[in-house]
Amino acid sequence: MDGPVLREQTADETAVSRRAFLQGAGLLLGFALTSASAESVFAAPASQVVENEVTGTFAPNGFIRINPTGAVTLVMPMVEMGQGVFTSLSMLLAEELEVKLDQIQVQHAPPNHALYVNSIIGIQNTGGSASVRAFWTPLRQAGAIGRNLLIAAAAKRWNVDPATCRAKDGVVVDASGSKHLSYGELAEAAAKLPVPPAANVKLKEPKDFTLIGTRAKRVDSPIKIDGRALYGIDTRLPGMKVAAVAISPVLGGKAKTVDEKAAMAVRGVRQVVNIDEAIAIVADHMGAAKKGLEAAAIRWDDGPNGKISSADIVKHLEEESKKPGAVARNVGDVGKALAEAAQRVDAIYQVPFLAHAAMEPMNCTVHLQKDRCNIWVGTQAPTITQSLVAELTGLPKDAVKIHNHLIGGGFGRRLEADGTVLAVKIAKHVDGPVKVIWSREEDIQHDMYRPYYFDRLSAGLDAAGRPVAWTHRIAGSSVMARYYPPYVKDGLDPDAVEAAAEPPYALPNIHVDFVRVEPPGVRTSWWRGVGPTHNVFVVESFMDELAHAAKQDPVAYRKGLLGHNPRALAVLSLAADKARWGSPLPARHGRGISVQFAYGSYTSQVAEVEVAADGSVKVKRIVCAIDCGMYVNPDTIEAQVQGGTLFGLTAALHGSITFKDGRVEQSNFDTYLPMRIDEVPVVETHLIKNAEAPGGVGEAPTAVVSAAVTNAIFAATGKRVRSLPIDTNSLKSSS
Amino acid sequence: MAFTLKINGTPHEVDVDGDAPLLWVLRDVLGMTGTKFGCGQALCGACTVHVDGQAVRSCQTTIDSVGDGAVTTIEAIGQVPQGAALQKAWLELEVVQCGYCQSGQIMSAAALLKDTPKPTDDDIDAAMSGNVCRCGTYQRIRAAIKHAAGV
Repeated sequence: MDGPVLREQTADETAVSRRAFLQGAGLLLGFALTSASAESVFAAPASQVVENEVTGTFAPNGFIRINPTGAVTLVMPMVEMGQGVFTSLSMLLAEELEVKLDQIQVQHAPPNHALYVNSIIGIQNTGGSASVRAFWTPLRQAGAIGRNLLIAAAAKRWNVDPATCRAKDGVVVDASGSKHLSYGELAEAAAKLPVPPAANVKLKEPKDFTLIGTRAKRVDSPIKIDGRALYGIDTRLPGMKVAAVAISPVLGGKAKTVDEKAAMAVRGVRQVVNIDEAIAIVADHMGAAKKGLEAAAIRWDDGPNGKISSADIVKHLEEESKKPGAVARNVGDVGKALAEAAQRVDAIYQVPFLAHAAMEPMNCTVHLQKDRCNIWVGTQAPTITQSLVAELTGLPKDAVKIHNHLIGGGFGRRLEADGTVLAVKIAKHVDGPVKVIWSREEDIQHDMYRPYYFDRLSAGLDAAGRPVAWTHRIAGSSVMARYYPPYVKDGLDPDAVEAAAEPPYALPNIHVDFVRVEPPGVRTSWWRGVGPTHNVFVVESFMDELAHAAKQDPVAYRKGLLGHNPRALAVLSLAADKARWGSPLPARHGRGISVQFAYGSYTSQVAEVEVAADGSVKVKRIVCAIDCGMYVNPDTIEAQVQGGTLFGLTAALHGSITFKDGRVEQSNFDTYLPMRIDEVPVVETHLIKNAEAPGGVGEAPTAVVSAAVTNAIFAATGKRVRSLPIDTNSLKSSS
Repeated sequence: MAFTLKINGTPHEVDVDGDAPLLWVLRDVLGMTGTKFGCGQALCGACTVHVDGQAVRSCQTTIDSVGDGAVTTIEAIGQVPQGAALQKAWLELEVVQCGYCQSGQIMSAAALLKDTPKPTDDDIDAAMSGNVCRCGTYQRIRAAIKHAAGV
């Protein structure tokens, strides 16, 4: 189960003018589509996007379908996994199309690179907090094109100048206000009109927005409160069987013995499929399949990775981190500045492997036939999934149909198609459709983990305590080198150093490098917040160490280094003010601050914690200030700040995947602990309103929170947390 | 063997082993997919349903243990007053994100409000801490329960 290598995708894109770039603005995996990114979105024929399209449907681009009955369908290029993207992207379209959100239906886009590529990521992937950023302009243009054509169709029918007509709530009205035609009535005529180039349509001024910027209701809420929402795992097909799966507990191992007879003796079990790396029990229902899997009493041959341990992985990282790596940034003369500094601070930071543990366990339904393959799955990466299935089955890509679904938690896990690949391998042995569902234990033990990173930092302070030298070496796995090799140039993984190479502060001499160290027997991948989730913890903790060494207040110290960076300074100041920074707290309580620029947004948090005598940490309150430029839905942003913060906080407090004898030691929610309702702090959101370009939100709070909490622990106890998760034993009161 | 289950007021005959978990009978045999699989070990609450008004984890509830108990699932919880009030509050406060755990959250909250119509924060912690949400909607879940309860 090697991760995907995107041969086809890479080949496709050699035709596109490209440059890998990193602008300190989030995970910019992307090929910068030179000139207007919107053009590429409109480049391909838009027909045949939506199933069962009726004759006379108005389909001016890949995003809008209005049929003569008046049904307005908006096609969602990005997948909904809770982040609210179906609502925010619909709002962008509806604002210009002039329809109300309760007049629309949304539909998943099929894999179609030309129509639905995310111009920031460079693939039709949902991730990198890039959806609103990438589609802010193209979707408003798509909506405006639709509105213009519908108005033109009405004007033609009334024989008036289109400029005298206007559209609102799915109806075109003439100048007098007496004539009305609904979009449904106009669909067939509008479909016959030539579609203008996107660049030619005039977009609303932000001051004229009636939907963007409002707390519009989520379009997916009603079906998520009564069991109607369908996730990939809810797929049901005529004749479908379900399969429980056991994957070799050690990567690279294979099944040695399987008691097929015992498994088949379980009532409802239909078939045992052995694909070496995994055993699947195919049955009428999952109860029988799981029982069959137990009866199969599988024994494994561990293969070459049977001795892997976390201790060895960390030891190797520690050694490798002593060697110079690929240089991410080198400004000034760090060596000289460090030598001449009045004071030197050195530190080692470590962050663990992390599982995603989305609530919807990994699953995929496959119906493989001679000339086609249908896949029902929730995926963040539909084009990658399609390509890999085509490769695996030998079918042409257009014979592989991906039926995308609402995702029961993505967090990066579903950017990988390994679950689909495994299901297809199993389906090759099954006659008819089969739904493969991983148990929670399989899901946690066969995840593709956030890499373990081992960082070394040194700083030199001048007599006034200002940092005159800063070095930061990051050692760990490169997800990018596997997932998207063209972006790794000369050994430098731009994701692995993001938010470390360019901290928001004035640092006159800085050297940041990356040492790629791949752990054997461990698959690594994207995890909510990607590079910055690791780097912001390290940078902001170390900055706190410098403030302490300089005997200065952590907020005042940072402010002194942010004079050139007004947006970072503004969020920092806002978070500190709202948290009443500096006001007195009881003993063993503390506040900590953290600030970052990532995903195109500025974010700062203040955490307030209480550390009990036994070392246990209670996070009482998180105050978050965020400047994400122009925004679509402030309620969604608040929700993302609340949830994203808890995702990062959960990892900081509890998250760690460890290996022993090649096996993952954690297995379910009793050993890989989620936060629960009795543990969560209140999270407050303070949103800065301005006219800057939209920034990403979904991952910003996840990345910024850890350092705020550990800095607060330092304020409360004087103990510096340099590795995650937080070791409460080390925080016990000595008195 | 055959069992007759009373689900949302309707009898359903199923022919499975008695040790089959209610969760998979609902989802795979009866096609009621609103009840979710999350952990299989009663650690996350995604599969919560009511049996005779009590919240149970259906992944750990065997069919033969249900007997003639009345099973209520997320598909029908809106027909009881607490369920309807919670669903309304869930919409008004925009609780959901990915939504996958929310069936179980609402089922646990409905059982809470049935027994404790005016819950305190401690009551909410006690009743709801068995339900995991990885999106982190807890703050809004707490607010929505209070909203529905009018506290």
